[in-house]
Amino acid sequence: MKITLKVWRQKNTNAKGQFETYKLDHVSEDMSFLEMFDVLNEQLINEGKEPVVFDHDCREGICGMCSMYINGRPHGPKHGVTTCQLHMRSFKDGDIIVVEPWRAAAFPVLKDLAVDRSSFDRIMAAGGFVSVNAGNAQDANNLPIGKEVADEAFMSAACIGCGACVAACKNASAMLFVSAKVSQLALLPQGQPEAKRRALAMVNQMDAEGFGACTNTGACSAECPKEISLSNIARLNREFLSAGFTAQAE
Amino acid sequence: MNWLTRFLKSSIGKKLLMALTGLFLCTFLIIHLIGNLQLFKSDGGMAFNHYAVFMTSNPLIKTVSYGLYAIILFHAFWGLYLVSENKKARPVAYAVVDGKANSHWTSRWMGVLGTLILAFIVLHMTNFWAKYKFGEVPYVHYERTISTGELAWSSTDPIVSKIETFNDGMTEHTVVKDLYVVVADQFKELWIVILYILGMFAISFHLVHGFKSAFQTLGIHHSKYNGIISFIGIWVFGIIIPILFAAMPIYFFII
Repeated sequence: MKITLKVWRQKNTNAKGQFETYKLDHVSEDMSFLEMFDVLNEQLINEGKEPVVFDHDCREGICGMCSMYINGRPHGPKHGVTTCQLHMRSFKDGDIIVVEPWRAAAFPVLKDLAVDRSSFDRIMAAGGFVSVNAGNAQDANNLPIGKEVADEAFMSAACIGCGACVAACKNASAMLFVSAKVSQLALLPQGQPEAKRRALAMVNQMDAEGFGACTNTGACSAECPKEISLSNIARLNREFLSAGFTAQAE
Repeated sequence: MNWLTRFLKSSIGKKLLMALTGLFLCTFLIIHLIGNLQLFKSDGGMAFNHYAVFMTSNPLIKTVSYGLYAIILFHAFWGLYLVSENKKARPVAYAVVDGKANSHWTSRWMGVLGTLILAFIVLHMTNFWAKYKFGEVPYVHYERTISTGELAWSSTDPIVSKIETFNDGMTEHTVVKDLYVVVADQFKELWIVILYILGMFAISFHLVHGFKSAFQTLGIHHSKYNGIISFIGIWVFGIIIPILFAAMPIYFFII
């Protein structure tokens, strides 16, 4: 199949970027979207041009690196997949495909389609962990956890931190990400001792990074490759509200 | 109170203020509707005019109404401030956005819908509230024959107070500021009727998202309650209430 790509090219964070148009004549519908980009880059290298920089790693939908905003949607037109799991059969012969980087003040463009998502790391460092004393792991049966609670925590823990929620949100809000990371611990007994401190610290860091606020449009969850539920955001709201009113003043 | 200001300055705290004021305004809408449904009584506006006197003289209601004006202004301008804050989170816009693929348009247009509602409220307050409070409103004289309960009314000269009642043994007389006739006259104008109907569309679409969104912000999200919250948001606040309100200008335009 033949396709036309309009790809965002930007030299560095401070440079002004622009779209470049590329034509690809021999695209197989069995290629993944990233493989199609590999072909594009081969073509660009052969023409002596600079290849398009884009993030990718596992190419099996679990690392969350492949950030591409395709035809107005993060990770393209399919539901519940990352860009690497999107195949060219989802497009038609002759399609014009517009590819942009995640756009958010908190995700500055590094180059072309690659953005800096270290703001997520700083949110995690602010409280997305359990501080445990080193030592032998205790017997699992010492911590009884209901199956449905374990399942829910696991569903929250499925977040791969790709940033599609931020990319999809009209406010570039990171609430779905932060809420999943708070929820996976808030649901389990191991997360309880630091629950209040965690909710306050992670929301604080999220605000400091310049993400927008949540207006409950639901775009984040609809575009999440791991289908993280909006119930996580409600839980984060509960955790933050109760922590705000009851936590010991720092 | 340092912790409280810090709490309210957080993104979730700011939203909490929107949710609480929004839900307060939703309850106001119900009260406002119930009161105004008296417009449909065929009593020459007697019940409605009594209600208007009560709403503007009862000290408790007067106090609450000043709180209401403050909350309307707060909700509107705080909302616009939050929209501008949220815009800063994406300084470079996307070239292509497929919004309908992942969210309902009402949720993405809350700021615009809210601004339309604010414009509508300004029009609405000028039409009636300002006229009743500061303008010249005609008076009506109701005469109810006590034995038969028969009711008659006619326009009359203005008096000093909003309402005056007396009883001569046979007939109950009431002279009252006639807001009813002001309403009836206003809604003879086609353009006002159209603006009111458009205003009700704005309220409807704003609340289809706003009502359930407020609960989500408060952290109320549970498979047992989501259905009823969403049902009330769509059917009560999105459909029934705006239709009943819109029926008022249409009724007066037609009769």
